[in-house]
Amino acid sequence: MVKRIKPYQLWQLTSATAKELLREPGVIFWGIVFPVLMALGLGLAFTKKAVTVRKIAVVAPERTEGFSVSHLPFHEFLDKYGKKNTVASTEDYMWRVDIRDDKLGDYEFLFYEMDRNTAVMLLKRGTVSIIIDDTSGETEYHFDPLNSDAHLTYLKISGLAASVRGKAETDYQSEDEVRPLTLSGTRYIDFLIPGLITMGIMMSCMWGISYTIIEKRSKKLLRRMVATPMRKSHFLIALITVRVTLNFIESFVLFLFAFLVFDVRIQGSLPALIIIFLAGNIAFAGIAVFVSSHTSNTEVGNGLINFVVMPMMVLSGIFFSYHNFPEWSLPVIQKLPLTMLTDAVRSIFNEGAGFSFIAMPALILVATGAIFFAAGLKIFKWY
Amino acid sequence: MAKVTAENVIEVRDVWKSFKSVQAVRGVSMSVPRGKFIALVGPNGAGKTTLVEMIENIRRPDNGEIRILGKKWKGNEEELRRTIGISLQQTYFIDKLTVYETLRLFASFFDLDRERVEEIINLTGLDEKRKSYVINLSGGQRQRLALGIALINHPAILLLDEPTTGLDPNARYEIWNILKSYRKTSEASMILTTHYMEEAETLCDYIILMDQGKILREGTLQQLLEDDKGEKVIEFTVENSLIPPDIDKPGLPFKITRDQEGQKAWVTIKDFDEQMPLFLTYIKSEGLSIKHLECRKKTLDDLFISLTGRRIDG
Ligand SMILES: Nc1ncnc2c1ncn2[C@@H]1O[C@H](COP(=O)(O)OP(=O)(O)OP(=O)(O)O)[C@@H](O)[C@H]1O
Ligand SMILES: [Mg+2]
Repeated sequence: MVKRIKPYQLWQLTSATAKELLREPGVIFWGIVFPVLMALGLGLAFTKKAVTVRKIAVVAPERTEGFSVSHLPFHEFLDKYGKKNTVASTEDYMWRVDIRDDKLGDYEFLFYEMDRNTAVMLLKRGTVSIIIDDTSGETEYHFDPLNSDAHLTYLKISGLAASVRGKAETDYQSEDEVRPLTLSGTRYIDFLIPGLITMGIMMSCMWGISYTIIEKRSKKLLRRMVATPMRKSHFLIALITVRVTLNFIESFVLFLFAFLVFDVRIQGSLPALIIIFLAGNIAFAGIAVFVSSHTSNTEVGNGLINFVVMPMMVLSGIFFSYHNFPEWSLPVIQKLPLTMLTDAVRSIFNEGAGFSFIAMPALILVATGAIFFAAGLKIFKWY
Repeated sequence: MAKVTAENVIEVRDVWKSFKSVQAVRGVSMSVPRGKFIALVGPNGAGKTTLVEMIENIRRPDNGEIRILGKKWKGNEEELRRTIGISLQQTYFIDKLTVYETLRLFASFFDLDRERVEEIINLTGLDEKRKSYVINLSGGQRQRLALGIALINHPAILLLDEPTTGLDPNARYEIWNILKSYRKTSEASMILTTHYMEEAETLCDYIILMDQGKILREGTLQQLLEDDKGEKVIEFTVENSLIPPDIDKPGLPFKITRDQEGQKAWVTIKDFDEQMPLFLTYIKSEGLSIKHLECRKKTLDDLFISLTGRRIDG
């Protein structure tokens, strides 16, 4: 039985819900300011190339009388190329080698001289990433080849040492073939912003809608309201409308900020983005109604919301790609609503995707929302 | 009274309700004649709220039948909701909505507009507070708002659950006055639950005494008090000691009840001339001496004590 919509009642419910929301001082901060701050913090931390510092152990030779570095190739390199630490104590590094690189970031290698056993211990602890031993007259590098960071350090230093030995004093760096990806759409911030937007949608729907319903039920306000001829559907429509509008504003502010500060752009279709945005809102609003359909205990509500939100926060690749998770888990992860939404939004932002790409996820998200909404309504406790 | 006539706006027939381990309402039948105010009086846990909420259709009875204006709730929900005005024992409204906005919202549920909101603001004397957030209202103001919301749709039937509990006497009088003036301008009927005798006495035509899910007695105040064969209640205290718990002995020609600590006790006497001397002798024989003796008009409280041995509000 579909009843006619009562516009006046719906408007009063919507305006009351909106006022209630906006008069809560935390809403603006957590909904709008906080995501922007998070984008700023993470964007700066991961986008600006910082100096990479690595510590390296060098096995100390026996310094007998008449000691010379002539038969110790690596010490020879360090003496020639490294900056000797003038205030060297046993705690401090002995040589420093800097590699300046505007494109790939600066490296700073600190060399510590120590006996072999200490070096091995520090390697185990992860204090140093490689051990260099030239006491036999040959330069030997010891490191875990599975540790990609140690591997990189090895490549950098051995390359540098070889080039210095080969053509002394000439610039060892070759300029060719290094072309860092700084194109729009490939930076971390480009990855992050769509994730923050979709995470915002999920959080806002789940906490906003679920919590409002549970709280109104626990305060018996829900019961008081349905003891009038109020249309139950109007109550839920008002709640969802206000949330979706707020989500739209939140997402827009976040995007505007990212555009102005980091030059993040939407490369794909804007109408497609709006459709997937609405589909995502519908999905999470439906789930929120389902989650809050029965309990009147805010603690239980808390747990239920976390139960839904937490796994997706971790698995859906909001902050870091989910492709590092085990192969077998990917098909599952990719079917989570938040993953679907995030992947679709990202592809529109960064890959220039349009309708054809998002049609399927949008359809699935809307269906998910509708199913949960219907099921939630079926078991909804108004009293 | 339990007879069903066309004039009854509410009819409750043999209604039962239990929660997990508690039988909250055990076979209650009652009716409300058109235009009458009925008080439902009983101690905590008597089942008043449960009964009223079943009449309001926000709880379903396990058994029995409830009709409002001759109609069952099923299938008539929309119409009946428009006929009744309710206030729950405890409701919070939306904290950060003003009095005016809250009334507007509830008015919209009944398709009523601004005009009715103004009338309610006048009726409840909340004009000064119209722009205050609900959360900043005093207890009395909040109850007035709840009552205003109950009255917003010109209800023919009012169902109010403890509308004055926790209020000071002044705030209570204000609520009473609102109800009295509403009664003057409408043909309303009402069920009101309360712990306060005075409230039942001043507002209501008919009183139903409830205890442990059942109706104990019912009638007008006069009927209830006369009912008891002209018994009188005399309150007394004793010198220098407390009244022992075993003061009421079987076989005595009168009944004695005492309060929890033994500071005070009440003796119920049928025939003053004959039993009073017996009572005084008995007290002396127990080694007590009377300090204070007061014969007063019998109240509902006394009736309740004589029926159950317990007090309504304790
Ligand atoms: N939702 C519930 N679940 C379990 N037991 C309940 C529930 N509601 C009421 N009860 C129990 O039913 C009995 C009657 O409760 P009810 O609220 O109707 O009493 P009351 O007469 O309104 O009391 P009061 O004067 O304190 O408001 C009580 O024993 C109460 O504990
Ligand atoms: Mg009650």
